[in-house]
Amino acid sequence: MTDASANTPATPRPGKHAGSLLEQNARTLRRNAAERRFRAYGLSAIVIGVTALVVLLASILSQGLPAFQQTFITLEVHLDEAKLDKNGNRDIEEIKKVSTFGYAPLIKTALSTRAGELGISSEDLGVSDKEIAAMISKEAAAELRRFVIANPDRIGETVEFEFLATGRIDGYYKGRVTMESAEKDSNISPGQLQFADALKEGGALSTHFNWGFFTMADGSENRPEAAGIGVAMLGSLYMMIIVLVLALPIGVAASIYLEEFAPKNWFTDLIEVNISNLAAVPSIVFGILGLAIFINYAGLPQSAPIVGGLVLTLMTLPTIIIATRASLKSVPPSIRDAALGVGASRMQSVFHHVLPLAMPGILTGTIIGLAQALGETAPLMLIGMVAFVREFPAAPPEGFFDPASALPVQVYNWTTRADPAFVERASGAIIVLLAFLLCMNFLAIILRRRFERRW
Amino acid sequence: MNDMRPLERIVDTDTVKISARNVQVHYGETHAIKDVDVDLEANTVTAFIGPSGCGKSSFLRCLNRMNDTIDICRVQGDILLDGEDIYDKRVDPVQLRAKVGMVFQKPNPFPKSIYDNIAYGPRIHGLARNKSELDEIVEKSLRRGAIWDEVKDRLDAPGTGLSGGQQQRLCIARAVATEPEVLLMDEPCSALDPIATAQVEELIDELRQNFSVVIVTHSMQQAARVSQKTAFFHLGHLVEHGETGEIFTNPRDPRTESYITGRIG
Repeated sequence: MTDASANTPATPRPGKHAGSLLEQNARTLRRNAAERRFRAYGLSAIVIGVTALVVLLASILSQGLPAFQQTFITLEVHLDEAKLDKNGNRDIEEIKKVSTFGYAPLIKTALSTRAGELGISSEDLGVSDKEIAAMISKEAAAELRRFVIANPDRIGETVEFEFLATGRIDGYYKGRVTMESAEKDSNISPGQLQFADALKEGGALSTHFNWGFFTMADGSENRPEAAGIGVAMLGSLYMMIIVLVLALPIGVAASIYLEEFAPKNWFTDLIEVNISNLAAVPSIVFGILGLAIFINYAGLPQSAPIVGGLVLTLMTLPTIIIATRASLKSVPPSIRDAALGVGASRMQSVFHHVLPLAMPGILTGTIIGLAQALGETAPLMLIGMVAFVREFPAAPPEGFFDPASALPVQVYNWTTRADPAFVERASGAIIVLLAFLLCMNFLAIILRRRFERRW
Repeated sequence: MNDMRPLERIVDTDTVKISARNVQVHYGETHAIKDVDVDLEANTVTAFIGPSGCGKSSFLRCLNRMNDTIDICRVQGDILLDGEDIYDKRVDPVQLRAKVGMVFQKPNPFPKSIYDNIAYGPRIHGLARNKSELDEIVEKSLRRGAIWDEVKDRLDAPGTGLSGGQQQRLCIARAVATEPEVLLMDEPCSALDPIATAQVEELIDELRQNFSVVIVTHSMQQAARVSQKTAFFHLGHLVEHGETGEIFTNPRDPRTESYITGRIG
C-alpha cells in the first residue's frame, strides 16, 4: 500500500450498503417517516384521551361542586306553647299529634318578624305572606318538629334555627335561577329573590358548606335542597363490606386451588373458560340472577344491602380470581421448587412463599374489583335498590337487611328528576363516588408498593 | 481444583445409597428416559454428564420426586433409597425430599432474610426445639455452605441481595440445613463465574463427608474435578457409568468417547 492510497478516502465499494453514512438513503427516510407518523398518532390519541378526561372532570366539577354549598336562612323561632302543647303537660304523645302543618305558621311568623326587624317591607316588593313562607324549604317544618319532639322541655322558649332555603332561592345564589327566569317560574317570583337579597344583606341568609349533603337521606321530588347521599353512602359501604368479606376469601381460595393444586384436565379447563366468560357477562344479567335467586327463591328482602352485596360478589369474583391467578402465575416457579426442594409440602410452599409474593397482585385485583362493584348500577336497580329510601339502615348486621340505596343508583335516581337542582346533586354525588374510587385506587398503589418484593 | 486428577480419586465406600432399576420417564408422548439402571454409592460424588436434553436432569429430579409437580410426567421402574421404593404408594414425597435435598441450576433463595432462608427447612421439619438450637443449625449450615464468614454480620439482610455465587452457596447451605442424606445438584455452577464455581466445587468435595452427592453438569472438567463416579447419558439412555477416572481416560463405549472428545454434544 502506497502513501497516496492511504490518504485518499476509500472509494465506496459497490455493495448492498453503498452510499455515504452521512446522508440517509431512501429506505431509511421512509422508515423514519413511518416512525414519526406512528408517534404522532400515539400522541394525538393521548391528547384526545386527556382532553376528554379534562372536559368530563371540568363539567362534573363545575356542576357538582355547588352541591357542597347550600343557602340557609337563620331565624329565631318562638316555640309557641299554645300551638305545640295546648294542654301544657308536655306529654310527648300529645306533642307528636301536632303535624308539620302546625309548625309551618311558627316559621312563617319568625320569618316575618325577622324581615320586620331588618326593615324589609313585603308590600314594596310585592310578595304575599304565602310567598314569603315558600322561601323556606318544606323540610324546615319537619326539622322543627323533630327538634321539639326531641326536646319537649324547650317549648315556650325562643330558639335560633338555621333552615334550608328553598331550592330556587339556593339556585339564585348559585346562578341557576335569575330574575328573568324567575318571572316565568311559577315556583319563584322576582320579588322573593329581592326579599332574599335583602335578607342576605341583613345577615339572615347565608350560603356555606353543606354537611347535610353527606348526612341527609334522599329528599322528595320538590325538596332538592333537603336531598343528601347519607343513605346511599351507607348502603354502598354495607355492600362493599359484604363483597370484601365474601369475594376475597372465596376468590383467593378458588384461585389458589385452580392454580396450584387442581389437575390440568378438561374439567378445570372448562372452569377456567367459564370464569373468563363470567368476567365478560353484562352486569344486568347478574341483577336478574340476584332477583331470581336471592329475592324470589331465597326470600331475602328487596332493596337490601345483603342482596346487593351478594350480587356484586358474584360480579366481582371473576375479576378477583383472574387477577389472583395471574399474580400467582407470575411468581417464578423456582420459588416453588426451592420450597419443595427443602421438603415443604405443597400447601406450605404456597402459603409460606408463593402467596406473600403474589399478595400485591391479589390486593390490587381485589381493590379494582371492589371499585368496579362500587360503581355498578344496573344489577342494583333490578333488585329494588332504586327505591326511594328515607330511613337510614340500622347498624350491621341487622342493617344489611334494611332497605338502603347505593351511590351510583342515587345518581341515576336524581338525574331522572325534573327539578334542575337535582342535576347539581347528581353531579355532587358523582364527585363523591369518584373520590372514593380514587382513594381505592390510591390504596391499591400503596399496598402494591408496600408488599412488592424483588426476587 | 486446578487440574484434572481423576486417577487419584478413590471411591470411599461401596454402600449403595440409591439404586435405580429399569427406570422409564415419559413426558406426555415423549420417552425421556429409557431403561436406566444405576447404583449410586453413599459418601460419593456422582456426576451426570451428557449433551443437553439427554435426560440427566430429568433422572435427577426422579430421585426426589420433583417430577411429581409436572402433571404430564410419568415415572416407571424402581428407585430404591436404602432399599425402599421411593415411588411406593405409601411414600410421602415431602418426607422423601427432607431426606433427599436439592440444589437448583439457578440460585433461588427465598425473598426473605438470610437467616430465614436457612431456618425455613429446620422449622417446617421441627429439627430445632428452641431459638438457640435453630441459631446453631443456621450457623452450622452456613459454615458448611462456606458462606458463614461473608454473611455472619448481616443475617437479617435479604438473601436475594447476595451475589450470584453467594446465593448459590446460600442455597446449598439451605439444602444441608435439613440434614438430608442425599444432595442432588442440578448444574449448580452454570450461573456462576469461575471463582464462585471453584468455591462451590470445593464445597461439594467437603459435603461428601456427610452426604451422597449427585451432580448434573455440562462441564466435563467439573465432573472430573469433583466426582468419584460419572454417569454418561445420551438420548435418554445411560450409556456408561463407572469410576470417573475410567470414564475420562478409558471409556468403553464409543459414544462416551465421542462426547468426551467433543465430537457429539
